[in-house]
Amino acid sequence: YLAALPELHQMLRQTCRDYADKELAPIAGQLDKTHTFPAKQIRELGAMGVMAVEVPESLGGAGMDYLAYSLAVEELSRGCASTGVIVSVNNSLYLGPVLKFGTDEQKKQWITPFTTGERVGCFALSEPGNGSDAGAASTMARQEGDCWVLNGTKAWITNSYDASAAVVLATTDKTLKHKGISAFLLPMPHPGLSLGKREDKLGIRASSTANLILDDCRIPHGNLLGQCGMGFKIAMQTLDSGRIGIASQALGIAQASLDCAADYAHKRSAFGAPIAKMQAIQFKLADMAVAIESARLLTWRAALLRDAKQPYTKEAAMAKLSASEAATFVSHQAIQVLGGMGYVTDMPAERHYRDARITEIYEGTSEIQRLVIANQVLKEYQ
Amino acid sequence: MTARVLVGVKRVIDYAVKIRVKPDNTGVVTDGVKHSMNPFCEIAVEEAVRLKEKKLVQEVVAVSCGPQQVQETIRTALAMGADRGIHVEVSGKDYDSLGPLQVSKILAALAKKEEASLIILGKQAIDDDCNQTGQMTAALLDWPQGTFASELVIEGDKVKVVREIDGGLETIKLNMPVVVTADLRLNTPRYATLPNIMKAKKKKIANMKPGDLGVDMTSRVEVLRVDEPPQRQAGVKVESVEDLVSKLKEAGRI
Repeated sequence: YLAALPELHQMLRQTCRDYADKELAPIAGQLDKTHTFPAKQIRELGAMGVMAVEVPESLGGAGMDYLAYSLAVEELSRGCASTGVIVSVNNSLYLGPVLKFGTDEQKKQWITPFTTGERVGCFALSEPGNGSDAGAASTMARQEGDCWVLNGTKAWITNSYDASAAVVLATTDKTLKHKGISAFLLPMPHPGLSLGKREDKLGIRASSTANLILDDCRIPHGNLLGQCGMGFKIAMQTLDSGRIGIASQALGIAQASLDCAADYAHKRSAFGAPIAKMQAIQFKLADMAVAIESARLLTWRAALLRDAKQPYTKEAAMAKLSASEAATFVSHQAIQVLGGMGYVTDMPAERHYRDARITEIYEGTSEIQRLVIANQVLKEYQ
Repeated sequence: MTARVLVGVKRVIDYAVKIRVKPDNTGVVTDGVKHSMNPFCEIAVEEAVRLKEKKLVQEVVAVSCGPQQVQETIRTALAMGADRGIHVEVSGKDYDSLGPLQVSKILAALAKKEEASLIILGKQAIDDDCNQTGQMTAALLDWPQGTFASELVIEGDKVKVVREIDGGLETIKLNMPVVVTADLRLNTPRYATLPNIMKAKKKKIANMKPGDLGVDMTSRVEVLRVDEPPQRQAGVKVESVEDLVSKLKEAGRI
C-alpha cells in the first residue's frame, strides 16, 4: 500500500474528497464563526456510511476496514476539521467500544441508530480533576436495586450537546484503583444528567464541548458495558483506535494548510517573481510535505496493523504524535507563507492554525503519546 | 417496464485541473494528470439509477471506450448504482483519434446487442465539447433523440423530455426506444456511498474490442495542432462611467 492504495480505498477516498470539497469546505468558515453543529452534513455522511465505517452491514454500518476509516476522516477533515472530529468520535470513541465489548442486545440498541447520522454518540473519560491521569477517575457508580447510580462530572466531552448517548467511565470499586473502573452506556438526555456550559474553544468550534454532570443519574443494570472492572481496559483500547482517527483528522488539517500555502506561493509575487521561486518558501513547503507524508504513512501503518489484528498501540501513538505535531507545524508555516493574508479570516489558514492546536492535546496529549511509545520501545529491549 | 438503459461514461481530465498544452503542440498533457468521470456523464448515470429506483427500468449498463484506466470510471458508475459495465478496449493511436463518430457506432452496436430501449448520455464531454455523440447514435439507430434534457419522464412506451434551448424550455414526447442527452439541471448526482462502493467491487465489467462489434475505428478527422489560448492582455482603467460609455462606443461595442 506504500505504492498505491487498493481500488476500493481509492474510490472511498475520492468520494470523501468530493464531498469535502463541495459540501464542507465552502461552509467550514461559517460553521466555525457561528459554532454550528453541521447536522445536515452529518446526516448526509451517515447516508454515505461514513458515520459507522467499521460497523458490519448487518448492524447498519459500511463494513469497511480502519484504513478506509482513516482515509475518510482525513479527507473530511481537510474540508472541515470540526466535521472530522464529530465523525471520528462517533466511529472510534462511541461505536468502537460498543462494537468490541457490547452484547448482541446492546449492539442493536446502541449501534444501529447511530450509524445513519441521525444520532451521534460521545465518550466520557476525562474529568475536571484528571485528564492524562485517567486511572484517578472520581466519578462513582454504585448499584441500587436494578439500577446503577452515577455521580460525578466528566469534562471536555466532544459532541456533548449533540449526542444521544455516551460511553461513560466510572469507578465501581475504589479499592481496586484503575481495575475498579467500569464502562456504562448512558442515553442522552437523561434524568440526573445535565450539561455544563458550552466551551468557547480556540478551534473545532462547530463541534460542541462541555461537561457532563451526573447527579444520582440512574441507568438500568443492563447498561453496563463489558464486565465490572473492565472500564480502564476498554478506555485504553478505545483510545488506541481513537488515536488513528485523530491522527487522520490532524493529517487533513495539515494537508489543507499545505494546499493553501502552495497555491498562494504560485500566485503571490514579491521582488518581481512568484514567491514559489524563492528558496526560503521552497524549504518551508518541503518540510511541510515531509512532515505530512511521514505522519500519513505512520497512520496508515497503524491502521493496517489494527486491520491485521496485530498489536498497534505503539504505532497508533506514533501516528497521533507525528500527525498532530505535523498539523501544528504545517498550519503555523502556512500562515508564515501567506504573511498578512494568513492572519485574516479571508483565507482559511488562520482557521487551520486554530483547529490544529487541539490535536496535540485530546485523546492523549503529546506527552502521554511519548510515554506510551517509550514504554513499548523499552519493552522490546527487556 | 423498460428492460435496459445504456449509459455512456467518459473518462476526462478532471474539471479542476489546469490544462497544459504539450510542448510539441499535438495535444494536451494527460500523463500523471487527475482524471474523473465527465460531469455530464455523472448526471446521466444518476438519472438512469433514479429510473431504476422508481422501478421504471430493470437494468442499468454503464459503457466506456478507452484504455485500461477507463475501468475506474465504469466502477464509479457501478458505485453510483449501475448494475454492470462494458469496457470497450481502445488504445494507442485509435484512442488518440477516438471521437463521437466511432463512439456512436460502438454505442449503436451495443444498444442492438444488449436490446436496450433507452440510451442516456451526457450532452457533451468537457474535454472536446463536441456535443455530437448522442445525436450521431440516435441517427445511426434511427431512434428519436431528446438532447439537452433538464427533465425526463417515462410514460408507458413514450418518453417526455424537457429540453433546454436558447429560447427557454421545449417539451417533446418521443416513442421508445430513444436517446437522451443530459444537461446540467437534469439532476444532482449522488455521492457514492461506502456500501455501494463495496458492492461495486462484485459487479461485472465485460471486456470487448470495437472489432467484436464490427465497428471501423478509422478517423476522418486529423488534429493538426493544439495551441494555448492567447495570453489575456491587461485592460484599460477609466475614471468615470461617462468615460466607460464613451470608450465602449469608440470600440464599437455599444
